[in-house]
Order: sequence, then structure tokens, then C-alpha cells
Amino acid sequence: MLSWLPEDVSTFGGEIDRLFYAIYYITGVALVVVTALMIIFLIAYRRREGRRATYTHGNTALEITWTVIPAIVFIGLSFASVSTWGKIKAHAPPPEAVVQVTAKQFNWEVVYPGPDGKFGTEDDFQVDNDIHVPVKKVVHVQLKSKDVIHSFFLPNLRLKQDAVPGKDILVWFEAVKPGKYELPCAELCGFGHSGMKGWLYVDSPEDYAKWQQATWPAK
Amino acid sequence: MTESATAHAAHAEAHHELGFVRKYLFSTDHKMIGRQFLFLGLFMLIIGGLLAMMMRWELAWPETNIPLMGWVPEPYMYGGILPPQTYNAFFTMHATIMIFFVVMPIMVGGFGNFLIPLMIGAGDMAFPKLNMLSFWVGLVSGIVMLSSFFVPGGPAAGGWTSYAPLSAQASFTGVEWGQHLWIISLIILGISSLMGSINYITTVVNMRAPGMTYFRMPLTIWSLFITAILLLLALPVLTAALAMLLFDRMFGTSFFLPAGGGEPLLWQHLFWFFGHPEVYVLVLPAMGVTSDILSTLSRKPIFGYHAMAFSMIAIAFLSWVVWGHHMFVSGMNPLLGTAFMMSTMVIAIPSAIKTFNWLGTLWGGSIRFTAPMLFALGFVSNFVIGGLSGIFMAATPVDIFIHDTYYIVAHFHYVVAGIIFALFAAVYYWFPKMFGKKMSEPLGKIHFILTYIFFNLTFFPMHILGVGGHMRRIYNPTQYEFLQPLQGINHFITISAFILGVSQLFFLYNFIASLAKKRDAERNPWHANSLEWSAESPPPHGNYETTPVVYRGAYEYSSPEVAEDWLPQNRQVSGGVARAH
Repeated sequence: MLSWLPEDVSTFGGEIDRLFYAIYYITGVALVVVTALMIIFLIAYRRREGRRATYTHGNTALEITWTVIPAIVFIGLSFASVSTWGKIKAHAPPPEAVVQVTAKQFNWEVVYPGPDGKFGTEDDFQVDNDIHVPVKKVVHVQLKSKDVIHSFFLPNLRLKQDAVPGKDILVWFEAVKPGKYELPCAELCGFGHSGMKGWLYVDSPEDYAKWQQATWPAK
Repeated sequence: MTESATAHAAHAEAHHELGFVRKYLFSTDHKMIGRQFLFLGLFMLIIGGLLAMMMRWELAWPETNIPLMGWVPEPYMYGGILPPQTYNAFFTMHATIMIFFVVMPIMVGGFGNFLIPLMIGAGDMAFPKLNMLSFWVGLVSGIVMLSSFFVPGGPAAGGWTSYAPLSAQASFTGVEWGQHLWIISLIILGISSLMGSINYITTVVNMRAPGMTYFRMPLTIWSLFITAILLLLALPVLTAALAMLLFDRMFGTSFFLPAGGGEPLLWQHLFWFFGHPEVYVLVLPAMGVTSDILSTLSRKPIFGYHAMAFSMIAIAFLSWVVWGHHMFVSGMNPLLGTAFMMSTMVIAIPSAIKTFNWLGTLWGGSIRFTAPMLFALGFVSNFVIGGLSGIFMAATPVDIFIHDTYYIVAHFHYVVAGIIFALFAAVYYWFPKMFGKKMSEPLGKIHFILTYIFFNLTFFPMHILGVGGHMRRIYNPTQYEFLQPLQGINHFITISAFILGVSQLFFLYNFIASLAKKRDAERNPWHANSLEWSAESPPPHGNYETTPVVYRGAYEYSSPEVAEDWLPQNRQVSGGVARAH
């Protein structure tokens, strides 16, 4: 089933996928064991003439066992999740490229700082729905919304973050493979929600320079 | 005869003079009110199901004519083609109807009403008039909700979660009165549920028959009791949030609108602070009836009765501290995400205990594969899948990817739509007691086999869509390049869903045809132990000729004390010593 995952091109996606696989195998084993036991019991203990059901109200040792084992597994999974979560959502590395993305019904408004590297100056460059970033560089996205809640979803980078009006949320990623990746809105945002999408262009250093020259205002 | 029993007998005599209106419409008899809730819920199930069918058509064959729907006027449909606005309205109303007007009315309103007095040996609810009012207020709420289909702009289209600011300002969705009515309807429904829950709690606390200690109560009663407490505490939060939302929409306040200094995330916190206990309001009664049906039809005591009761109590407490797991990517502080992940993993433990205890109940049993048993087993099977898939989204990093995808849709349908299995189990099991008639077993089995197969073929592939990144609540998946390879799965799901829908005709026919029959049910067709089976089928007004006396718990199946393999709670065994259980 996990072969359906979109190709991962981010630095932290591998950690998410490994955790995904780990839970997949753990729950897969649990599902098979529980289902197998259920089927065995249903066959072995179906009604037969002359056989009376076992009269028992439980078994404390057994009940403690099946409380403690899931508890250990669940708590283990929590601890396994903490560092990846912190890395993605809390501790962004210093940026090598910055872009502002403001969601609105039903577009992603993308603002680049322009040649001076600062936002709010005359050379800022704005375009709808196209984000160009250099490959293998830490990119910071300053995520905002003008109207309702949207969600910035990059399936290939294993990244999702809601854009909330009135809030300025920092999102970061580092893409490791050049290419063109879809950027759908993942939170219901009105009648145009379906089809609200943009593209993330991960450019090689040469392509990125070429694109900057062609589109950004001259210094 | 105790004083209350005398009163009941007098009441029962008076009952014979009641006219049609007092007997069938404005009845104060908990059994009639339970049936009214059941009929209301089943009617709404048809509407909610048809909405789902139209959504599935749209997802498989986007923007094509839905057969038979050409009559719907523009702009709601265009010759049978759904526009995105109507699609959004349909999934909003599908979820709202299924949660608030199907599962809650049937499991809590219907079976809660019917079973609580009968199973604890009481003549009626503590407040019969309040009980009647609860149904009629609930019905008004349902009418208000359905009326929103007929106002300009159509019904609410902001999702059943109605996230602000989308829901807080009419210009964002283009829906004016539809959303107002949605809010008003749920506020009214909250009043109905509050009246019901106060009644349930009071009845369970005060009106248990002599000998019916808390730990002799059947697990169905435990589950309904805990559910009532959750409802009593959770609903005011929803009502408050809804009132704030209505004020934002109608009177220019800014609770949730950032332009006026409001906080959009406040809505999510309030909504899910209600919403997560609400999930357990839906699933606990299903767990309760499943426990009773599995035990009775395995002819075996429930495995770990105390663990079952305490795990429900644990779930009830923990359900208040897990709401943030709906908000991992909402912009909430990531530290909170970690805390809510931990609490969510902890709440999975009592759910696991319940599953293992159900397996333990089957072990060594003498299993009767009747329609209610098959549906109860189906509930367990779905709950296992729904529970395990929940672990993926509890892990915060994995949730970043699967949040708001079909993985979530798959998960909550295995849990919440899975409750339909417990609901059907309960209908097949208690139908003889409710109506004095038996439903057809062969039709029930066909209904189960088709429902089980096509439920799984409908909802399991949604996990794959989610893994592929398929967002929920999108109108046309073919608009996205990365979803192209998944469209074949959408076709498969839609066809399965249609067969699942058509399979319900077996139930509908069985239900109606059985209602039309002559009375043929004996008092105790399943040879069950709990008190309701010692009353007539259906029980008269006042339920019991004399107040029953309880000597033991409800799960003494295959006890060595007696020759039969059941030992009713109210049967005194001569020479036998009262057992601890």
C-alpha cells in the first residue's frame, strides 16, 4: 500500500516515511494477529450440539499483558515521533532563500524579496501560484492568508501547514531533486477549493539564476 | 409491591384510555419515544446515504450528469451536473446528518431511551415529560436542518466542522441562511440532547431495581450512562461556540474574525473540545451493545467485565485531553502537538483492551451466527481497522502528510460508519422486544454479507487514496496531475459504494415487512440474561408487572449453577449463594 506514496524529494521526508513504514508494519502485524484469532475462534467455537461454552469471567494475567504491551508500543511510537516533529515544525535551520506565500480564495500569492533580499521594498516580485526555489537550499516560506484558512500542501516534500488569517507561520523545507511539484490547497476554503493549486519549481543552480534574471526586476 | 410499582400499575391502566395522539405522537412512554428516535434516525440515514451516493458519482466521473437528478433546479444542479458549491453543501450535510441525526438519535436517543429503564428494571425514565420534549425538540432541529436545503444559496457548505472564518462570514462561502439554519438547528439539537442526558443520568443513578448495583449493570447501560455524562459536559461548549459563530455572522461581532481582533483557531479549539468527546458519544454505545450481543450469542460471560467498564470510564476522562490531535498542522504551537500526541496514544490503550476482551469473550464460546451476532462481529472487525489506522495520524510527523487526505476519511468511516454495524446489530437484536415481532434471519444474513463486503471495498481503498496524497473535500480529483494514477481507485470505490447502498434495501424491506407482520416474538428469543427479556414483547406501559429484583450481573451464561446455559439477572436460584460477579 505504501508504494502509492508520492516520490519524496525533501530532506526530512525520509524520516516521516520511515515512521510511516514502522507504524504500517506494527499495525499490520496487529491486524493480522487479531483477525486470525477472531477467525480461528469463530470456527473453533461455533455452536455444536452437546458442547457447553467455557464459564469464565476473565484472566487477570492475560488482561494485564494485553494492556501493557500496547502501552509500551504506543509510548515508544510517541517518543520515536518527537524528534522528527520538532525538526520539521519547531527548529527551522537558517534560511538560504526566503519567499512569502499568501493564500487567498483561490490562489497562492507568491512574493519574492527581489535582488535586495528584503521584503517590502520596491524590487519585490510578485506572481500567482508559481514558487521557484533553488535545489539543496534551505527555503523559508512565510505563510499567511488574506481571507479564510487554507493549507499549504506539498505531497512530494511531505509538508503540510495551514495558512491562518491573522497569523504569520514559518514553514521550511529543503528539496533535493530538481523538478516541478504540485502545490494543492488541502483545507476547505470555499467553492473554488477544488482546483486551488500552484506549482513548486525546484531549480538547479543554473536554472534558478536564469529564472531570476528573466523575471526579477533589474538591480 | 413497592410504592412505585403500584404507581406504575395505575399508570398502565390509565394508558388504555390514551388516544392515538397521546399514544403514538406525544407519548411520554420511553419505549415509544425510543421508537420515534429510531424512525427519525432511519429516515435521516436514507437522506445522508443518498447524498453520499451523489458525492461518490462526482468523484468518480467529475462534472457529468448524475442519473435521475435532472429535475434539480439551477443553480443547485445543472441538468444533473453538480457544481462545486452544491458538492461542498452535500458533504457538509452528509456528515452533519449522519453524526447528529442518524447515529446520535438511533444509538443514544433510540436505544438509550428504549433500553435504559428496561435494562435497569425501572418503569420509565425519571422525567417522562422531559423525555417527550427531548424528542420533539430534536425533531424540530431535524426539520430546521432539512429546511436549509430549500433556502436561497442552499445549505451550509463549510464542512461539518465549519471552520471559521470560512463559516463566520457569508461572503466567504456565498451561503447566507443555509449556514444560519445549520447553526440554529444544532443549538436546538443541543437542547434536546441535554434534556435526554439529564434524564438518562438521573434514571440510572436513582431508578435501578433492587439489587441492580452499578457493577451488575449490563455494559450497554454503562456505555449509555457514560455517554450521557459526556453529552452533558460537551454540548454546552458546542452551543457556546455556535452562538459566537452566529453572532459573528449576524450581529457583527468578531470572535473568530481576525479583521476585528478575533482568533480563527479559537473555533477549532472549542469545536474539537466538544468534537472529540462527541466521537466517543457516538462509539461508546456501539461498544456497549456489541459487548452484550457478543456475550449473549457466544453463550459466555463477557471477558473482563470490570476492565470493560473501567476502560470506558478511562476513555471518557481521556477524551477531554485529546482534541488537539485534530489540529497538528493548524498553526497551533508545535509543543502542544507533542503533548496531544502523547494523550492520544494513551487513549488508544483502553480501546485496545476492549478489543482483546471481545476476542476473549469469543474464546471458548458456543457461537450463534445470527444476524445481530454477525453485525456485532462486523463492528469489532471495523473497529480494529479504524483503531489501528488512527495510530498513523496520532504520530505527529506522519499526520503532517496524511492530515486532510482520504486516509482520514477512511479512518473515521471505519470508526463512525462502522458504528452502523453495531446499530444494525442492535436493531436485529432488540427488534422483537421493541415491536413484539421477529425480523427475518435469512434476509438479515444476506444484508450482513453484502454490507460487510461492500463496506470494506468502499472504505479500505480510501487508505490508498490517502497514501497517494488525495485531499478530502475536493470536488474534482482530475484537476490535479499527481492524482491521475488514483482515479481508477475512485471508480472502484464509487461502484462499491453504490452496491453498498443498494444492499440496504434488504434491511429496509426486512424492517418494514417485519413491522407489518402479526406479533410473533416470545419474551426471550435469544435466551438472554438482562432484565428487558423478562418483560413482555413489547413491554406494556410501565414495563414490569412487579419491580424485578436483581441477584447477579447480566453475563451468567453457561453457569454451572443451572442446567440451562443462561441465568437471568432476576432469577433466584434456590440454595445458591449470591456470587461476587
